Amino acid sequence: MSPYLFAYLGAAILVLSGLALTRKNPVHAVLYMIVMFFHLAVMYLGLGAEFLAAVQIIVYAGAILVLFLFVIMVLNIKEEMEAERFSVGWPFGIAISSGLFLLVILVTGNVVPGKQGAYTPAAVAAQTNTKLVGTLLYTQYVFPFEVASLILLVAVVGAIVLAKKKLK
Amino acid sequence: MVPLQWYIWLSVALFMIGVFGFLTRRSIIMMFLSIEVMLNAVNLSLVSFAHFLNGLRGEVLALFVVAVAASEAAIGLAILIALFRNRATAQVEDVKEMKG
Repeated sequence: MSPYLFAYLGAAILVLSGLALTRKNPVHAVLYMIVMFFHLAVMYLGLGAEFLAAVQIIVYAGAILVLFLFVIMVLNIKEEMEAERFSVGWPFGIAISSGLFLLVILVTGNVVPGKQGAYTPAAVAAQTNTKLVGTLLYTQYVFPFEVASLILLVAVVGAIVLAKKKLK
Repeated sequence: MVPLQWYIWLSVALFMIGVFGFLTRRSIIMMFLSIEVMLNAVNLSLVSFAHFLNGLRGEVLALFVVAVAASEAAIGLAILIALFRNRATAQVEDVKEMKG
């Protein structure tokens, strides 16, 4: 990825997520988040993760944020808009997050990549990223894959039980 | 060519924006959005490590993170709906029965 594209995408991601998390209206926040997820998907494309870029758009922008919009529709948005945006401890929040940021920056300053794997760009280009990820998911990572499907099943049942009006 | 550090720093900055939102926002829905931002920051670092290590493990792990994020959002928003039905509020500071 060229440094200019990285600079644009990184700046857009940071600004959009910062805007999203400080909006008063949750609908505006979700819309900013959708634009941010599209930028992140382009960044995944630049990193050679095509399948994950598609998943990012389909699952995050298409499913999770629409779920958020549906729930905002159920809530009372007028009361939400009138309430105070930040809790009293917001300087504390800034202090904690910037302190952690500095800590991690200090630690990661001299990170060097470890042992190189077998999936060089040429090898991935020969078989396509999607095919390789799918093959890995159904062979080496088949047990975590099944666990993930079980987690999703539990989440579906749990969400229905929790949001149901009355259990008979 | 962009070095690995830039991606890590971008990911850390994004994560800390999420931490800030989670610590300071009062509305539960905005806290969930902050969690999504944090999970995306982790995904970005996983994908960039996968790219720079010529591996695919990070991408597979990021897929599992997406699955967990989806179930977390579904359960959390269901809890929020149940809370809103019983208490007519979505502000964390109005829910304080469990305060010790």
